[in-house]
Amino acid sequence: MKDMQSHAPSVSACPACAAGGAACDQAARAPQADARLVLSVPGAHCAACLSAIERGLEATPGIRSARVNLTLKRVSVQADAGVDARDVAARLERLGYEAHELDAGTLNMTETDRQGRDLLMRLGVAGFAMMNIMLLSVAVWSGATDATRDLFHLISAVIAIPTVAFSGRPFFVSAARALRAGRLNMDGPIALALVLTLALSLYEALQSGPHAYFEAVVMLTFFLLAGRYLDFRARAAARSAAQELAALEVPRAIRLADGREETVPVAELRVGDLVLVRPGARVPVDGVVTAGRSETDRSLLTGETRPLVQAKGAALNAGEVNLTGPLTVRVTAAGRDSSLHRMADLVAMAETAKNRYTTLADRAARAYAPTIPLLSLGAFIVWMWISGGDLRLSVNIAVATLIITCPCALGLAVPAVVTAASGRLFRQGLLIKNGTALERLAEVDTVVFDKTGTLTMGTPIPDNLDDHPAEDLAVALALAEASSHPLSQALNRALRARGVTPAPVTDLREAPGYGVQGDWAGLPVKLGRAGWVGATHAATTGAYLSLGDETRSFTFTDALRPGAEAVVAALRDQGKTVWLLSGDVAPAVEAMARRLGIEHWQAGALPAEKAAKIAALQAEGHKVLMVGDGLNDTVALAAADVSVSPASALDAARAASDIVLLGRDIAPVAGAVAMSRVAVRRIRENFWQSGLYNLVFVPIALFGYATPLWAAAIMSVSSISVSLNALRLGRRGQETTRA
Amino acid sequence: MDVLGILIPVSLGLGLMGLLAFWWTLKKGMYDDPEGDSRRILRDDYDDKPKS
Repeated sequence: MKDMQSHAPSVSACPACAAGGAACDQAARAPQADARLVLSVPGAHCAACLSAIERGLEATPGIRSARVNLTLKRVSVQADAGVDARDVAARLERLGYEAHELDAGTLNMTETDRQGRDLLMRLGVAGFAMMNIMLLSVAVWSGATDATRDLFHLISAVIAIPTVAFSGRPFFVSAARALRAGRLNMDGPIALALVLTLALSLYEALQSGPHAYFEAVVMLTFFLLAGRYLDFRARAAARSAAQELAALEVPRAIRLADGREETVPVAELRVGDLVLVRPGARVPVDGVVTAGRSETDRSLLTGETRPLVQAKGAALNAGEVNLTGPLTVRVTAAGRDSSLHRMADLVAMAETAKNRYTTLADRAARAYAPTIPLLSLGAFIVWMWISGGDLRLSVNIAVATLIITCPCALGLAVPAVVTAASGRLFRQGLLIKNGTALERLAEVDTVVFDKTGTLTMGTPIPDNLDDHPAEDLAVALALAEASSHPLSQALNRALRARGVTPAPVTDLREAPGYGVQGDWAGLPVKLGRAGWVGATHAATTGAYLSLGDETRSFTFTDALRPGAEAVVAALRDQGKTVWLLSGDVAPAVEAMARRLGIEHWQAGALPAEKAAKIAALQAEGHKVLMVGDGLNDTVALAAADVSVSPASALDAARAASDIVLLGRDIAPVAGAVAMSRVAVRRIRENFWQSGLYNLVFVPIALFGYATPLWAAAIMSVSSISVSLNALRLGRRGQETTRA
Repeated sequence: MDVLGILIPVSLGLGLMGLLAFWWTLKKGMYDDPEGDSRRILRDDYDDKPKS
């Protein structure tokens, strides 16, 4: 347990992880009675991963069984009470898999599961009914006549009517809802076609008529349900992604009540409660410091990188990270009222503008929905006039037109492509949260990156260790180990990695807000702020070591996120304009821009300025993709046409973005832009294809030559060709994104 | 044509059996992790059903 904790990535990738990890750290001290744990494992992708994770976890004491779900990239673990998700995550991290704890409570998948199974059941019933009716219909088409044909038609009716009543329910319900609201959606004509065709076919069957469209009705239900199910799956994935992200940061706080510490969910905190914020933890609420002295990092809120000193009476905002000493905070605003939530509300407002985006499917449906019944009505009137009032003939032709124009392929055109594309992107580590994101991504011509936490990992790395003698490094390590300040942690990791062993420093104590001091063979040693250790302040981010009178400085740089160079190069190859907008100081931003080959950059940008820059680019007619992670990016993320944030971002930033990058590597973003263009091209092709079928066959129906055989053939051929075109995306997309 | 009296119920029965089999697979959660199941089948250690 102790061993696991020291290996745990508590201050790993970025400030957000650091705080999230520390939040989990607190949770680890509160054993949960429920021992079913769910973790997100974005790195799992193959059979070897399955075995490695399951065997590795099952060999861990306390874990009874582990099962990986590769589709959702999750592992569910059955463990003894007392085993915490934090330990399992640490274990997975040691097995070589990035893991995030998921809150099983937030992750309530049962409702979505139930809906999905319900749709699948309706699809199954329609499928099997279709097969049986087709069996009988083939007999009719190949020449059964008289009593045999009538018998077959009647048996078909007995199967078809309950099937359509059961399987067609989603369409009837949706059409009725739209009509009651005074609108006409795509389901209106569909429901009309189903009911009218069924009624006519039953009448014809009873009258010993030659044509009955039972197989066409059931087939239409089947194909449309298939499209509906794919669409549902894509949306369920988006919804579960949102839940998964909400669950990533398990919100708990330590409340002080009657001198006792208790771990409670943040939602239970009330104004006036006393909360203990340990070093490394995120401040869960807005409040005022009542005891303790420390520094806090507000970079995720404001973009300021310099830690702020906090003492009794100082006001803290939710979202700040406590760095050095424990703080006791009296809650002044919790939950919905806290500054973090107010920011989220602002973002929600900015997002409504984005939701007004009209998708290709919407535009097609708007054009198509009224056309179908009108065309059919027109056919009816014209044939009534031509035939001199032959009601039966006119109704037959009108219904044939209705069933042939029904947008079988149209219903599959978008969901099939979106499913294929988002599945491919998910395997590359990108989660599409918003259904229209793919179409918006395809229009992008300008990409704006944030620097800290997006193109960099947000983790400082010491860059001048070689300048110092080994003895000093050993002392620095001993001191750094005693502190949870990010710079100390970074120094600790870097020195450990070099194989340095800590010097025997005794009497270690941390001076919150200043640094760590101790005694090394009689010599007082300090590691901390420049003024405190007596060193002169250097220009860059640094930590200072003093050995008696001698001082040493350690400078830090930010590690580049894997794939950062590749993503910028690939986007430039695609002809996109790349911008770097950062809240950091100009020299650092310029150095980064030059290193990655980005021409346009702007430093010292405040949150509002970032959003304004994006608005300015949009005003010039550009479509902007924003990639960012901090709370200072959220307004910009919401304002951009489409946005991406890494999974390590603060949850407000993830909530504001359309696509979430699950892995650490940022390179898939360029692939996603290329993929989205291919996907949108496929959607357009599908529309043209199904339009073409209608263009050819509607005249045939209008002139009265359509037979049930024609209707069935057109429906299957157009649906299959549309699906095949969508599947082509998988392979083409792979080439494009790997190229 | 008398044979139809047997064949039609038989074909309907077969269809119904297929539907029941589908319903059973749905109930047993066999569509929950298609990606994982396709890999699992290639593994050496035999696990015949989900553990949880």
